[in-house]
Amino acid sequence: MSEWWTYRAVNFLLFSPRVYWRMFELHNAALWPLHVLTLAAGLIIILLIAWRPGTGARWIAFILAISWIFVGWSFLWNRYATINWAVAYVAPAFVVEGVLLLILSLLDGLAFDRRGPAGWIGYLILAFALAGQPLLAPLQGRGWASSEVFGIAPDPTAIATLGLLLLARGRLLPVLLPIPVLWCLLSGMTLRTMGEPQAWAPLAALALAAAGWIWTIIRQRGSWPVA
Amino acid sequence: MRTTRRTFVQAALAATAAATLLPISLHAQQKPPARRRIPSTGEEIPIVGLGSWITFNVGDDPVLRDECTDVMAAFFEAGGRMIDSSPMYGSSQPVIGYGLQKLGRPSALFSAEKVWTSSAAAGPPQIEQSRRFWGVPKFDLVQVHNLLTWKAHLQTLFQMKAAGTLRYVGITTSEGRRHDLLEQIMRNEPIDFVQFSYNVVDREAEARLLPLATERGIAVIVNRPFRQGALTNRLKNAPLPEWAIELGVSSWAQLMLKFILSHPAVTVAIPATTRVEHVRENLAAAAGPMPDPAMRERISAHVKAL
Repeated sequence: MSEWWTYRAVNFLLFSPRVYWRMFELHNAALWPLHVLTLAAGLIIILLIAWRPGTGARWIAFILAISWIFVGWSFLWNRYATINWAVAYVAPAFVVEGVLLLILSLLDGLAFDRRGPAGWIGYLILAFALAGQPLLAPLQGRGWASSEVFGIAPDPTAIATLGLLLLARGRLLPVLLPIPVLWCLLSGMTLRTMGEPQAWAPLAALALAAAGWIWTIIRQRGSWPVA
Repeated sequence: MRTTRRTFVQAALAATAAATLLPISLHAQQKPPARRRIPSTGEEIPIVGLGSWITFNVGDDPVLRDECTDVMAAFFEAGGRMIDSSPMYGSSQPVIGYGLQKLGRPSALFSAEKVWTSSAAAGPPQIEQSRRFWGVPKFDLVQVHNLLTWKAHLQTLFQMKAAGTLRYVGITTSEGRRHDLLEQIMRNEPIDFVQFSYNVVDREAEARLLPLATERGIAVIVNRPFRQGALTNRLKNAPLPEWAIELGVSSWAQLMLKFILSHPAVTVAIPATTRVEHVRENLAAAAGPMPDPAMRERISAHVKAL
C-alpha cells in the first residue's frame, strides 16, 4: 500500500454503524432461540470451573471450541464478511482457535483451577461476557434485538475466552491467547472508529486480562526460588 | 351544486389522486441537472452522479437493500445517470445489481466501476465478477482503483475498450494521494476519465490536475465532495450565508456541490447518500445558477472560516 502513513483507521471502515448493528439484529432473529442454549452452555462452564475445575476441563474446552467454530462460520463468514471483505481472512482464525481448543480438549491439556487475584479477574471477565455484554445494546438504546450473546456473537465469545484463560493452567495455554487478544483489539478499534461508546468493552476486557497475566507472571517469578 | 353520494365519492377520489400525485409532480418540476461533455467522445452526462462507498454496503439486509433501491430510484427520477462503485466497497456491487433489477434496469444508467487487485491476472475475472453483480451487459467505465497495479490493469482496460466490451477507461485516487503519479499517467496514457478528491477545502487539484485534465481532454470525476460527510456534519448547525441564496441553494451540501461543479474542468461529482431527500437535493444543485470565480473564493473562504 503506497503512502501507507496517510491512511487512518476510518479509511478502512467500509460500513455505517446502522448497518453494523442491524447485522446483529438479523443474526439474532435468524438464530433465536439458540441463545438460550449458548447462554446455558456458558453457565455450565462457570459451574464446571467452580465445582469440577480438573475433571470438567475437557468439557469446558469442548464447549468453547464449538462456540468459536460456530461463531466463525455463522457470524463472521456468512454475515460479517458480506460487508467487510477483510473478515473473510479473520473467520478461519476463529476456526483455528476452535480446533486448538478441540485438540486440548482431547489431550485433556487444560485445567481451570487457577485461583487468587488473576482467577478472580478471570471470573469477572467471564461474568461480563455472559451477563454484561448482552445488556449493552438495550443500555445504549438499541433494544434487545441487537444484543451480543456468548456463542452467537464474536465479542462475548472472545471476551469469555480471555476470562477462561486467566482461570486456566496448561503447557499449551499460550497458543490459545493470540486469536482472542487480536480479535478484541480489532473489534475495539472498529467500534472506536465508528464512534461507538461500547468500544471500551473489548479493550477493557483485554486490559484487565493483561493485568491478570502480568500479576500471574510476576508472582510466579517472585516465588521461583521458593518453588 | 347538489352533493350526491356519487359526486362526493368522485370528488374524494379526485382529491386522493391529486394528493398522491402531488409529490411526483413537484419532483417532476425539478429542473433537470446540467450536463457536461466527456471530452474523448462528446457524449453528455449529468454533472451529479451517485457514489456508493459505505452507503450501499448493506450486505444481505433486505430492508436496507430496499432503501438503497429507493435512493437509486430517486436518482434516476431526478435525471441522474452515473453510479460509481468498486470491488473494494463490500457488498455495494450486488446491492446496486439488486436495485437495478428491481427498477427494471433503467436505460439511463452510466455504470462506473473499478478494478482493484494487486494481481494483473486477477483483473479480468474481477471485472467479470463485478459485471455479474451489476447485471449489465458491459460497463460504461472501468477505472483502476487507487492506482493499484495500474500499468497492467490499464493495458487490460485498453484491450477491453478496443474489443468493444468497455466504453471508457479511467484511473482513480482519493484524499490527495499520489498526485504526482496521477499527473504522469494523465500526461502519458490515453485515458478517458480521471477520478480524485476535490472539495471546498481540499483544493490541491486546482493547481495541476484540473488544468491538465482540460489540456489533455480527460473527463474528471470528483469523489469525497463532502469529505465523507465530515463537512456537512461540521456545518449542520451553522446558518447558510444570505449571499448564498442568489445561487438558489437551500443547504450547505448544495452550496458545496455548486462550488465543485462550477469548476469548468469537473465533469461529474459523485456524492454518496443513504437518503432519498439528499439525492434529490444533490441533483437539484446541478441545475440553476453556478458561482462565478469570485463567488467560489467566497464560498471556500467562508467554509474554511467556520
